[in-house]
Amino acid sequence: MVELVWLIPAFPLLGFLIILVAGRRLGEPLAGLVATAMVGASFVVAALTYFELLGMDEKERSHVETLFSWVPVGDLQIDMAFLVDPLSITMCLFVTGIGALIHLYSIGYMHGDPKFSKFFLYLNLFILSMTLLVLGSNLLVTFLGWEGVGTCSYFLISFWHTKEANATAGKKAFVTNRIGDFGVMLAMFLAFGAVGSIDYAVINDSALAGTLTQATATGIAALLFLGAVGKSAQLPLYVWLPDAMAGPTPVSALIHAATMVTAGVYLMVRINPVLGAAADWVPTLIAWTGAITALFAATIALAQNDIKKVLAYSTVSQLGYMFLAVGTGAYVAAIFHMVTHAFFKALLFLGSGSVIHGMHEEQDMRKMGKLFKFMPVTAGTFIIGWLAIAGVPPFAGFWSKDEILLYAAAESWALYAIGIVTAILTAFYMTRQVVMTFFGDQKWGSLANEAEAAHLNDESDTAVETDGAEAEAIETVADEELVTHGAHGEFKPHESPPFMLIPLVVLAGLSMVGGIIQLPSIGIIPKNAQHKLLDWLHPIVEFGEEAEERGIGEAVIKGTTANDMKITLIFVAIACALVGIAAGWAVYQKKIAKPIEPAILERGWGYDAAISWFMGKPGRAGFDAVATYDSKVVDGAVNGVATLVRGVGGQARKAQTGYVRQYASIIGVGVVALLGWFVVIRGIL
Amino acid sequence: MIAAIEPSWYLVVASVLFAIGAFGLLVRRNPLQMFMCIELMLNAANLTFVALATSLGDINGQTAVFFVMVVAAAEVVVGLGILVSILRRRPGATADDLAELKG
Amino acid sequence: MNPTFLEYLVFVVASLMMIGGALGVVLFKNPVHAALGLILTLFGVAVHFVAQEAHFLAAVQVIVYAGAIVVLFLFVIMLLGVDKAVDLSIEPIPIQRPLAAVMSIGLVGLITAAVVQAGDAVGTVNPGTGIDVATVENNDSNIQQLAQNLYNDHVLAFELTSVLLIVAVAGTVLLTRKWPKQADS
Repeated sequence: MVELVWLIPAFPLLGFLIILVAGRRLGEPLAGLVATAMVGASFVVAALTYFELLGMDEKERSHVETLFSWVPVGDLQIDMAFLVDPLSITMCLFVTGIGALIHLYSIGYMHGDPKFSKFFLYLNLFILSMTLLVLGSNLLVTFLGWEGVGTCSYFLISFWHTKEANATAGKKAFVTNRIGDFGVMLAMFLAFGAVGSIDYAVINDSALAGTLTQATATGIAALLFLGAVGKSAQLPLYVWLPDAMAGPTPVSALIHAATMVTAGVYLMVRINPVLGAAADWVPTLIAWTGAITALFAATIALAQNDIKKVLAYSTVSQLGYMFLAVGTGAYVAAIFHMVTHAFFKALLFLGSGSVIHGMHEEQDMRKMGKLFKFMPVTAGTFIIGWLAIAGVPPFAGFWSKDEILLYAAAESWALYAIGIVTAILTAFYMTRQVVMTFFGDQKWGSLANEAEAAHLNDESDTAVETDGAEAEAIETVADEELVTHGAHGEFKPHESPPFMLIPLVVLAGLSMVGGIIQLPSIGIIPKNAQHKLLDWLHPIVEFGEEAEERGIGEAVIKGTTANDMKITLIFVAIACALVGIAAGWAVYQKKIAKPIEPAILERGWGYDAAISWFMGKPGRAGFDAVATYDSKVVDGAVNGVATLVRGVGGQARKAQTGYVRQYASIIGVGVVALLGWFVVIRGIL
Repeated sequence: MIAAIEPSWYLVVASVLFAIGAFGLLVRRNPLQMFMCIELMLNAANLTFVALATSLGDINGQTAVFFVMVVAAAEVVVGLGILVSILRRRPGATADDLAELKG
Repeated sequence: MNPTFLEYLVFVVASLMMIGGALGVVLFKNPVHAALGLILTLFGVAVHFVAQEAHFLAAVQVIVYAGAIVVLFLFVIMLLGVDKAVDLSIEPIPIQRPLAAVMSIGLVGLITAAVVQAGDAVGTVNPGTGIDVATVENNDSNIQQLAQNLYNDHVLAFELTSVLLIVAVAGTVLLTRKWPKQADS
């Protein structure tokens, strides 16, 4: 099955082509079923490959399947080749698995949309690109997938492009990603210049063997990190992710929770030998960027009112955790968190999509409440996702988050502190979201009655306190919308169709048991159930004699205080999760204290506004300067050459007086001169 | 009898003739007179040919003169034809008036 | 052998005729007078030809040049009425006269210098130059020598020259023709 690994991208490609040609004829829901079947087939192939790899000996699990020679140009030999090893198959498994579930969900969610088949066209293209990205055996195939997912992200975010805001969001995503792509390209050039190849095997081997200089390794690692920052929405390039919520919810679930944004983390883990060979400031930078992003995004999520925006900032925050793990050398923890995050975040997004669908496209949480009894399945699965992300054992999120915090503590207690605070905030804002949506006060009108609406207005005014005049302005706008909602009669939120509920249930199940793939090595857990993911992945991330001597996994941090306090740290993490949940419950459900949601948090610390201002004023000045330089200096030089030639020509044409006699005299003088040269200088004629 | 005057004298005399012809070509403005100066220059060349043909004992020089004369005749015919067509349109034109190819 | 007195005399007189006529061509204001000067020059050259034993060429010179070409000139002068005198004192192109002077003086000076420098080498066959001396019987008369050379070695050029003449005639007729006006234009 390893030789047939090319089927994994081939199936979505086939789906893409079928829908491209016959999509409109297939119509709804056949186009969706075709797309889902293709991705499902990819998942089956991935699973079979996984079992085959499992059966092989640990040392032989890395294969390169070459399809054809893609760029054979002199020294540069790049093949379209796939690298089949535990890391890429792990990524493939959850990409295609969750992808298939989301395809199934979309059949229900996009029901009735006029561009139904186009949606699945783009979704299949996305899965194709993502599988290329993770399966690529060299930087160029990965980059092909990288750009592909960026393009599909653009297509899908601006899917309902007739609304200007959606189109702008798509553009923003693409442009911000581009900045990161610049880093990836430079890294490719650097790698080729240094080692003469862009194959991962060659680069990683050269980093391990020490032939890669520290400067080059630093350069490559830093540049690829720049790409990862763009793709995985870290500071300072995270701005596209919240705006990307303008796309349909399945898109947010697939691309911006489970797969595309994890591409950056995957890339970092793939080149971990280069990271190891780089200067120390690179991993430290990665870790601190991840930690600060996590905290930053968590604070913003506290004050968001759109159900999807909370989840968007939450994604940025969790990605920050993954980069924190990468930066501290805990690659396995990063991948573990990536997998569990994919489960529960996709679950949360799909659940929110179900809520939006049931509330007839209402996305503001301030107009929801008490939905538990109307959408029980959605609520139940959402709650499971909530517990997972908050870090409550035995749900999946707890195990992965705890491992990341352990490694962070081993590196620096400051990082650990940031991680713990972020964990508390995560629990808090997720509780807030759950309460505002499923419990709490009912804020949606069931009767299209003005009196009723006015009564509800008063309620919502007192229930939600806000600071500042701008918040009041927002509130008045919301009031108007409250009245017009459900104006066609009796409005009741309804549960979603089975197409949408099945994936929710499956993902909920995975979120519950997902933790078993990497259980920590604590006494109470049986030895052969411990850190299975580590055993699976360690040839990729920890190898060589050094690793064999000291052991793998937690052996790296053996001897640090953190390792000794492992059990304590676990209990601290559980305590923080429970504290966060309790605080959220107290503030929002029991209304013991007033909720503090400063307007500055809602505006994302003014980051977006700052960028717009910067681009508008100094940025624009800079651009104008560059444009002026281009038109004056560069164009001036080019045009100047032409002008110079014209000027010289203009002067030279004064010799053409039109008088034949003058021409004759010049000829004559020339003759004399020639004669003179012959006679005088060369002797006789 | 073979002329015993040294050919170098002929060369000098021919060059004087040529120089006068060239000078006249450059100075005169009447197109017909310019033509006559051209004839002077051609004659100077003919003279040189013949003088050296005799002194070198090579008859090819005289053949060359023959051809030069033929070509000169043809050239005069065509040139005067052109002059006639021009001067018919603009009577009294000089070489300086025909300056349309001014750059 | 040294030239005789008669030969010198002939040379000088012919040269004077030549140069005098040339100066006349250049300096006379009236084109008809210039044409007469040209005739004098041509006769001088013809005398030189005879002195160089190129009898045929001398005859051709007189017949063709002086007899046909100058007559043609005079026809045109009369036809077009360009016999009015032209003022020679003004010169529209300022640099012309000096340049012309430079050219003529330079030419004469340089050739004289070359000739003087060459000394006895002028007019003697240089063994290494590769010029082939015509293999013609020196006892034949000039016209016979000329004819043999012309029709044996240069027959192609001869034929082409005849073509040239026809082309010249046809071209000139075409050039000077007055085209009939179109009836309906």
